[in-house]
Amino acid sequence: MCTDNPGVWEYIANWARKHSIWVLAYGTGCGAIELPPTMTSRYDAERFGLRGAATPRQADLLIISGYLATKSLKRVIRTYEQMYDPKYVMALGSCTINGGMYWDSYNTIKKLDLYIPVDVYVAGCMPRPEAIIQGIISLQKRIEEGKAEGAKKYRENIEWYKKNQREVLGDDFLPDYTWNFEGGI
Amino acid sequence: MGMKILNIVAYPFIAFIVGMLYMGIARNIIGRIHRRWGPPVFQNLIDVFKLYRKREAGSHGVMFHLGPIIMVTGIVSCLYFVPLLNNGVWLKGFSFEGDLILVTYLMVLGSLGMALGVGQGGVPFGVMGVTRGLTRLIGLEIPYFIAIIVLMAHYNTASINKIMELQAGGITHWGMFKLPLAFIASLFSFWGMMGASPFDIPGAPQEVASGPATEFGGKYLALMMTSRGIFGFLKLTLWVDLFMGGAATILILIGKTFLLFLTVLFVSAVYSRFKVEQAVDFMWRYPTLIGLIALVIEMVR
Repeated sequence: MCTDNPGVWEYIANWARKHSIWVLAYGTGCGAIELPPTMTSRYDAERFGLRGAATPRQADLLIISGYLATKSLKRVIRTYEQMYDPKYVMALGSCTINGGMYWDSYNTIKKLDLYIPVDVYVAGCMPRPEAIIQGIISLQKRIEEGKAEGAKKYRENIEWYKKNQREVLGDDFLPDYTWNFEGGI
Repeated sequence: MGMKILNIVAYPFIAFIVGMLYMGIARNIIGRIHRRWGPPVFQNLIDVFKLYRKREAGSHGVMFHLGPIIMVTGIVSCLYFVPLLNNGVWLKGFSFEGDLILVTYLMVLGSLGMALGVGQGGVPFGVMGVTRGLTRLIGLEIPYFIAIIVLMAHYNTASINKIMELQAGGITHWGMFKLPLAFIASLFSFWGMMGASPFDIPGAPQEVASGPATEFGGKYLALMMTSRGIFGFLKLTLWVDLFMGGAATILILIGKTFLLFLTVLFVSAVYSRFKVEQAVDFMWRYPTLIGLIALVIEMVR
């Protein structure tokens, strides 16, 4: 139901989405430890309308916190495909940008953008909670401008994403029903 | 005629907006207790609007669709039998002899519709959440029923409107001062029904990933949040009607319900969660005992 000509409803909806981001913090790496301080009393991300979501079905934002092992990638993709459009991805740390200190590792991925569409990268090793909040604010700007259309991008380039995922995962690939159910991804 | 229709249409909307604002205020106050700023008070309204505007919502079949709808329907139909104001023509709802018993039964309908929807979702967490919720219901309905029976026996009627009328004439005539033991027993039950923290066992995010709501996203979750907001206000209003003398104007109603809501909030802010069997155990011990003492006193009088 993606509208090509966003009207006033879409504008209001984007305002609401911007101020109500529910986070699914997928603790893959070191960044998981940065999220509790972000949510609790020192940095209090709830001011911006952030809230933890217990399940992918209720989440809007998937935070990939740090390095991603190929084993985890499978679960991340599956989680991402279970989320409902509009959905956003935030990647923390250098590991998700270019491999970081795991450049030579045999079982981590180097560039997250090849496997799922990323909206915001937060650089650092590890980024402090201030940096995460900065990333959230830039994500809010993207949502307001209507640029945060990761789900649409994933749908349109599904063959390319699946090809990249298959290269990494090999025979251990996901079954088709994770993304190929009626109504698209 | 037009005013009557407006009366009926305004009912759920007032309940929804006030209930949602209460939930937002609760989040804000709990934030302050944690020494945070907390979200703005209309955060829950924004959340619900966002969920209604989600572009997707996966379904698992017909009952999965109907579950949240039955929940909203049951709760709104229950709302119409609870008078918000006790005089004049505005927001009186439908009233007849015996509507207190009807309301007591209708209050369970929402949870049952929800349980049917969850059953088709097929998520183990959801089924666990429903089981825990129904077990909790067994615990907290006993003191509530005893308190209601004491109330009916004392005022010799089963109509909410008549109970409100009999409580008129000053603070000493309120049910909570006439029947203090029954009020205390029902208050424990009330905390449980509001999902306050010692009794929030069905939707425990740390144990059963948000419980019955696990598989519900998008518009389904929005319907559930809507019904939760309406239901919260309904329960607050019912307790105000039964034990606190009702309300003459909207402002008095909001004042009284908010006072009652603060008790729920302060209890939930400091206590941690019971286990399922602990909750039922607790409910069948102390509140039930207090309620039975109140019943004996009422029979002797």
